[in-house]
Amino acid sequence: MTITEKILARASGKNVISPDDVVFGNVDKVMMHDVSGPGVIKILNEWEKKGNRFDRVWDPDKVWISEDHFVPASDRISAENVSTLSRWAKKYAIRRHFKYGLGQYGICHTLSHEEGLVLPGQVYVGGDSHTNTTGAMGAFAAGLGHTDIAYVLMKGKIWFKVPHTLLFKLHGKKPDYISAKDVILHIIADIGIEGANYKCMQFTGDVVKEISMEERLTLTNMTTEAGAKSGIIEPDSTTYDYLSKRTTSNYSPIHGDENAEYLDVYEYEIDQLEPTVAKPYSPANIKTARELENIEIDKAYIGSCTGAKLEDLRMSAAILDGKKVRVRTEVLPAAQSIYLKALQEGLIDIFIKAGAVVGPPTCGACCGAHMGVLAKDEICISTTNRNFPGRMGHVDSKTYLASPLVVAASALKGRIIDPRDLEN
Amino acid sequence: MNIKKGRVHKYNRDNIDTDVIIPGPYLKIHEPKELASHAMEGIDPDFHNKVSPGDFLLCGSNFGCGSSREHAPIALSTLGIQAILAPSFARIFYRNAVDGGYLLPIEIERSTIDLIEDGNTIEIDLPNYKVLNLDKNETYGIKPLSDMIIKIVEAGGLLYYSDDAKGSTG
Repeated sequence: MTITEKILARASGKNVISPDDVVFGNVDKVMMHDVSGPGVIKILNEWEKKGNRFDRVWDPDKVWISEDHFVPASDRISAENVSTLSRWAKKYAIRRHFKYGLGQYGICHTLSHEEGLVLPGQVYVGGDSHTNTTGAMGAFAAGLGHTDIAYVLMKGKIWFKVPHTLLFKLHGKKPDYISAKDVILHIIADIGIEGANYKCMQFTGDVVKEISMEERLTLTNMTTEAGAKSGIIEPDSTTYDYLSKRTTSNYSPIHGDENAEYLDVYEYEIDQLEPTVAKPYSPANIKTARELENIEIDKAYIGSCTGAKLEDLRMSAAILDGKKVRVRTEVLPAAQSIYLKALQEGLIDIFIKAGAVVGPPTCGACCGAHMGVLAKDEICISTTNRNFPGRMGHVDSKTYLASPLVVAASALKGRIIDPRDLEN
Repeated sequence: MNIKKGRVHKYNRDNIDTDVIIPGPYLKIHEPKELASHAMEGIDPDFHNKVSPGDFLLCGSNFGCGSSREHAPIALSTLGIQAILAPSFARIFYRNAVDGGYLLPIEIERSTIDLIEDGNTIEIDLPNYKVLNLDKNETYGIKPLSDMIIKIVEAGGLLYYSDDAKGSTG
């Protein structure tokens, strides 16, 4: 069995399971945020109005809550949502509630790894489609809607159709100026945005071994853009080292069998990759940065769970150091802990001196919520993960997706540019 | 499962994503009627005025891709859409539609899209896996839905479905 099949077998108390089996699996961790949470709470309230009782969450220590989409509150309604979430968390004794303005908080998918909340071998579900991100820890991680999260809060389990696994072998050595973002954009373009629908995308090979935990998280984060149910990477010393700095909890990792069966195996030579950009309106719509070098931009956005981790900020700062941006540029670190480390390393200094604005951690404009959304016909290059029509603002705005290196380089030129072509 | 006859609204586009079905700024809204007034705004701002209770949506493949927002099936079902016909659905949209008891996602052959016109009246014969086009007097196949899926929707959603694999109640 694959790692995913073995995790789901253990969670459902079975010795053997196969793709397409429907199983009810026990959940180790569940997350909701200020968009999904109020929806979940509404469903639980309606359940109670129909004469049922919901006195306690199945296990309050396995639940965590993040305030990230609409913080700082963009208006009265978003303030009410955060307030609803806070009252509910207090009533049901949820200890892990990452509140805006009260210590550590940030984008849910960033907290999941930054705080060591999800561990190898676990089943993790979250009320957000990019929950896949955390599969990089060697866990089964999948996004669910409000009703499913409500069900998990009641019963601690949920049904899954066991996914087939697509195995992506990344060979070679990652060249300079290529990041995990370029790799995953290539893969999405290759298999299409429906290419992994209902399936798990698993990454392996020399390149995966070589790259850091944060870069691995960029790979799994964007499996959602190929429609995947989950993305996963087998845990290794990189995973264990990363977690040892963040948690003292025990865990029992799972590895796939030697003879595991994969629906398809894809092989990539990463040495050949060029800095890559996904054009509007699909993450699969890729070109090399060089092919798009005449595209003028109105804005550069360095933010989100996929593009504002500490290493993403380091990559951006390395390009911006000592230079000035030519278009408005926003940097929103993905969590407060990352913001602090960036400050201590001098990265924030570099951003501000380059002319960029640095904002508080939030999903913000990535999902078109607030904090810098796009006007009609505006063009943005962004480290985020989606570029559907209207994703970052007006339905006639345009978002180009790229690595932090390409986004920072483009901010300096006011047009899309391959970072290798920046003159010194 | 009681699927009545209704009128078809056809948007023959693949990858109709949740940012189109219910754009990001409305995610903070949780009132179904208000969400419904913005349904499909990214593709047809007048959509909510065109739909009557019991109508169907007919769309291209990978319907509902993108975010996990349950706002999407809530907005469509509150307008009265009782089922969506498409060659395929994004997985979270499919789960949400079923587990929330909002509407039925029905998978059809891609070639069927061209045979059904916008505005046609159709009826779904679930037990026999068929779509009946009452205007053209034609029938088309649908992919069988699993018993569990039909039972969950009939129960009004996963919370009200008591026949899960462990046989627990409630």
